[in-house]
Amino acid sequence: MQHDDVIWDLIGNDSFCSYKVKTKTQRFCRNEYNLTGLCNRSSCPLANSQYATVREEKGRCYLYMKVVERAAFPARMWEKVKLDRNYAKALEQIDENLMYWPQFIRHKCKQRLTKIAQYLIRIRKLTLKRQRKLVPLSRKVERREKRREEKALIAAQLENAIEKELLDRLKQGTYGDIYNFPIHAFNKAMEKQEEETESEEAEDEEEPVTREFVADDEFEESDLSDFEDMNNLKGSSDEEEDAEEESREEEESEEELEEEKTKAQSKGKAPLKGPIRKKRAYVEIEYEQETEPAQKSKAT
Amino acid sequence: MDSNEATTSESVSKKKGKTKKVKRKVKPDEAPVQEMGQAEGEETEKKSVSGPCFPPTFSVSEIKNKQRRHAMFLKLKEEKRKAPPKEVPKTIENQRIYDETTVNPEDEEVAFDEGTDEFSAYFSRLTNPKVLITTSDRPRGRTVRFCEQLATVIPHAHVYYRRGLALKRVIPQCVSRGFTYVMVINEDRKVPNGLVLCHLPDGPTAHFKVSNVRLRKEMKRRGKDPTEHVPEVILNNFTTRLGHSIGRLFAALFPHDPQFVGRQVATFHNQRDFIFFRFHRYIFKNEKKVGIQELGPRFTLKLRSLQKGTFDSKFGEYEWVHKRHEMDSSRRKFHL
Repeated sequence: MQHDDVIWDLIGNDSFCSYKVKTKTQRFCRNEYNLTGLCNRSSCPLANSQYATVREEKGRCYLYMKVVERAAFPARMWEKVKLDRNYAKALEQIDENLMYWPQFIRHKCKQRLTKIAQYLIRIRKLTLKRQRKLVPLSRKVERREKRREEKALIAAQLENAIEKELLDRLKQGTYGDIYNFPIHAFNKAMEKQEEETESEEAEDEEEPVTREFVADDEFEESDLSDFEDMNNLKGSSDEEEDAEEESREEEESEEELEEEKTKAQSKGKAPLKGPIRKKRAYVEIEYEQETEPAQKSKAT
Repeated sequence: MDSNEATTSESVSKKKGKTKKVKRKVKPDEAPVQEMGQAEGEETEKKSVSGPCFPPTFSVSEIKNKQRRHAMFLKLKEEKRKAPPKEVPKTIENQRIYDETTVNPEDEEVAFDEGTDEFSAYFSRLTNPKVLITTSDRPRGRTVRFCEQLATVIPHAHVYYRRGLALKRVIPQCVSRGFTYVMVINEDRKVPNGLVLCHLPDGPTAHFKVSNVRLRKEMKRRGKDPTEHVPEVILNNFTTRLGHSIGRLFAALFPHDPQFVGRQVATFHNQRDFIFFRFHRYIFKNEKKVGIQELGPRFTLKLRSLQKGTFDSKFGEYEWVHKRHEMDSSRRKFHL
């Protein structure tokens, strides 16, 4: 009591105290025995020789009391009283222990007890509910997973896979008759095309072996243009059914005439037949004379 | 020494670093061969040609005989024309370590298992799926929107707000109301990052990590909102036994008979243990072409654990748990 004011002068309002935390509007006291948590003349445990607090340890509340007589014995300064678990009984205990103490300390102790009791209840309730387990993420692992996911996405080629699956399902017939694509006609057309390509290839390979320039007789007949020749050829080929090879060759020659320079038939015989045709065209002089002056006129 | 080398050059196949001495030795060997009658010469020539007996410095022009030289030349040209076989590049899928639990389509044991497991009720058309979608506590906007969009994608799905209820309490209630699935979307920092999929009567519970969630707003070139039609389901690349069970888990989310009128398809594509979910609308342009347009949300899943029985993290029996140190040690080993 004698020293309280002096102590307060030294540490109090604008002086330094190691437990003091100052903010713009308020001063807090970090002393663990402080009753209110604020830095006040009446709340400072250092500046009051007679002081009491309520503190909680492992779910049990204790009442701490300090009196002047024990000020010289720091080891025994604080008297610790275990308070009852029952809130009402604990209040009575506080009253009983702090019987003739100042009203401020009694009141604040009870308030503190109330607050502590409330938060203990809350803790118990929360532990009964689901706990949120925090799992630490390893940054390295996360980065690795992210990269692998990107690579997997690229490798997956999702659109292609989905389209392929859908087309497979269509072919299998899971959709029934909803989609009216002419399946059979399409397949037949595909097969025909395949046959034709195969036959053409076979013929191309055979051509060097069997060279038959059969068309001479027919060409001597007509004095018409090449296109009309081909029409005659076509007609004649339809009529004649002598040799398949002959007819095929004629058809091919027709095709070659129709498409002037056939890119498709890049194999052996097209160039050979070409110059032969041209030779024949040159033999019939009439064509040559007709075309040449036209070209000359165009040039001029 | 030299003669030995010459003879070995004829019989033994390609040797590098042949000296010119050896080559010249070979020539005089061939010269007497060529001087012999054509028939015999051809035979020996052909024998020596058929096996890879020539030293690498040999060229066609050194054969004196014109016809034989021409034949060799044509043969070489033929071989050149046939292009070398195209090499198949190595990919991770090619080099994948063979998983012994890969399911053979005709495996009887697997078929029997599948006939008697928790999904057999669904696959034998006894039950219809009914899905409850919920989140973890206090979901933020993105998660809520994700749930809503999921509910549009999955037919018969209902979104319920989780008011801090324990899953263990939720599950019996769902069972009593006839739900077949509970889907819980876990959220972290305002973004969905986990998915717990629990098949209800007493089915397995799968826990996935969710990543790359794209909501409908963020999709490029997306179509209109999905309609109420039941979509088709595509499950790709679920090869192992574990993959099979997960595939069935996803399949049982959707009702049996897709309505082809709707032309919608939901895809779960597994690639390297990542499951990509996409939702498309398709249209067949002709026999060979189909156009797809992405609609709904997209996300990727990675399986973290598969637990037998309904959700019980403490006492549940885990069929499969992802253990990073054991399972991620090899880059070519995948489990799904």
